[in-house]
Amino acid sequence: MNIEYMMRVADLNARYVDAIDADRLEAWPDFFRDDGHYRITTAENVAQGLPLSMVYTTSRAMMRDRVRALREANVYEGQRYRHVLGVPLIAAAEASGLRTRTNFMVARVMRTGETMLFATGCYEDRIVLDGPEAAHFAEKTVIIDSRQIDTLLAIPL
Amino acid sequence: MNIHTARRQWPAEGLTRIPYWIYSDRDLYAEEQERIFRGNTWTFLCLEAELPKPNTFRASNLGDMPVVVTRDAAGVIHAFENRCAHRGSLLCLKERGEAKEIVCVYHNWSYDLTGKLTGVAFRRGIAGKGGMPADCKPEEHAPRQLRIAIFAGLVFGTLGANTPPLEQYLGPDHVARIKRVMRAPAKVIGGYSQIIPSNWKLYIENVKDSYHASLLHMFFTTFRLNRLSQKGGLVVSEAGGNHISYSMTQDVAGKEYEQAGLRSANEGYALEAPGELLENVDEFGDGIGLQILTVFPGFVLQQIRNCLAVRRVVPQGLDRTELIWTCFGFTTDDDAIAELRLRQANLIGPAGFISMEDGAAAGFVQRGVAGAGDEESLVEMGGSGTASEESRVSEAAVRGFWKDYRRHMGF
Repeated sequence: MNIEYMMRVADLNARYVDAIDADRLEAWPDFFRDDGHYRITTAENVAQGLPLSMVYTTSRAMMRDRVRALREANVYEGQRYRHVLGVPLIAAAEASGLRTRTNFMVARVMRTGETMLFATGCYEDRIVLDGPEAAHFAEKTVIIDSRQIDTLLAIPL
Repeated sequence: MNIHTARRQWPAEGLTRIPYWIYSDRDLYAEEQERIFRGNTWTFLCLEAELPKPNTFRASNLGDMPVVVTRDAAGVIHAFENRCAHRGSLLCLKERGEAKEIVCVYHNWSYDLTGKLTGVAFRRGIAGKGGMPADCKPEEHAPRQLRIAIFAGLVFGTLGANTPPLEQYLGPDHVARIKRVMRAPAKVIGGYSQIIPSNWKLYIENVKDSYHASLLHMFFTTFRLNRLSQKGGLVVSEAGGNHISYSMTQDVAGKEYEQAGLRSANEGYALEAPGELLENVDEFGDGIGLQILTVFPGFVLQQIRNCLAVRRVVPQGLDRTELIWTCFGFTTDDDAIAELRLRQANLIGPAGFISMEDGAAAGFVQRGVAGAGDEESLVEMGGSGTASEESRVSEAAVRGFWKDYRRHMGF
């Protein structure tokens, strides 16, 4: 067990969800490497070996475009997330990065105050420790346990 | 005449007014299930490709009735109620799988893949005691079998005794436009669903509403995917319940939106990586970049460039609807087009750049009319008719839906 890896991954995870929950979406792409991949899919698709994603980005530019769309184009009722994460599991330490799994639960709070458990699942990530104190996602796959999304999925998970 | 047509009257203006009680009347909901979903209509159950080989099954729905669709050992497709003849338990507890027979978990009654009862556990009792009387005929309570019709790789089912043949029900335009999209054997690339907080009819209206497309969905307009000024058309079937909205890929018109100063025309907004998202190929060879096709009551076939999907609209109560998406490509796809389909899928589904608003919009109406049961919706874009036309600045397909709905419901 490598405590330093666990702590650095936990720190990256914490900063990542803090930015999203605090509505600092513009910071969201900066948690990734420049050619970082981010996608959101369901456990059912993964179990069947099917490639479809709800969100599928293969670069930070595409991620910035998603943030732009949310800020300037898409219409959705005011809402915020609250992520709660589990302790990260370091599944493997490879030359290309750490393979990690982190459980998440996300509550969605509407402007009306209505709160629901919106999504649960697991982040399957490849994380590169690319500086003495730096870490970035090379790949992040958000695997939602349920195949059902309530109304819409606007903010990234 | 039933109690409801006596109690409820459609507004005198006809199809240009929709009474808001239609989205919140509990008795009407139950009647819709009987007269529409279990009546003389065809419901899309699944893609043939979802039953990949003999002895497979797929769960589906006929309105809010659970259904099992199977492919038997001989390769023939069947569908029947997902309900045991005995005490009414669900028979099939999984979404999909392989099976040579279906066995109810409750008392082990068994069925073949046509839905025929094949075994009753302890029917003759044990050692001469217990068991079922000889004159009891459980086969007569067997789950109802749906009539099946398969067209272009799409499996439809009906319980109606008088449902016309599928191709007649679809109509010649729909037969042609479905075949156009289903140009090769389908291959499923994945699925998901949305729970929409509204009556099922509000979502259906949204799909048929070609007028809202570039006004609610700003992404569409700004990137010229479906400006209303592009060449295209709106086709509404004679009975009204089936529609097709389509547009060509070329952007012919100029600055009509900007001049109107509408919210949706924000020219300052540009994507950093539009090619990664929107790159596409004309796989159908006819320049039609978008085709949204619906079949009454709740089926949608979508082609948005190379992003193809079927959508099933499943009522789950008066103000709750599950919208089930299955995205597909073809067995003939190469890696390049397979990748385009995955990228363009960013446009659709619950996180879709051009579809995320639809579930919310239906919910906004359900909430907005909560205290307005006796008020009416205004549906006069494009006039008052339901005929096909070149303009998509029209609510003709919405009026068409209500025309067909009224016919089935006896309004």
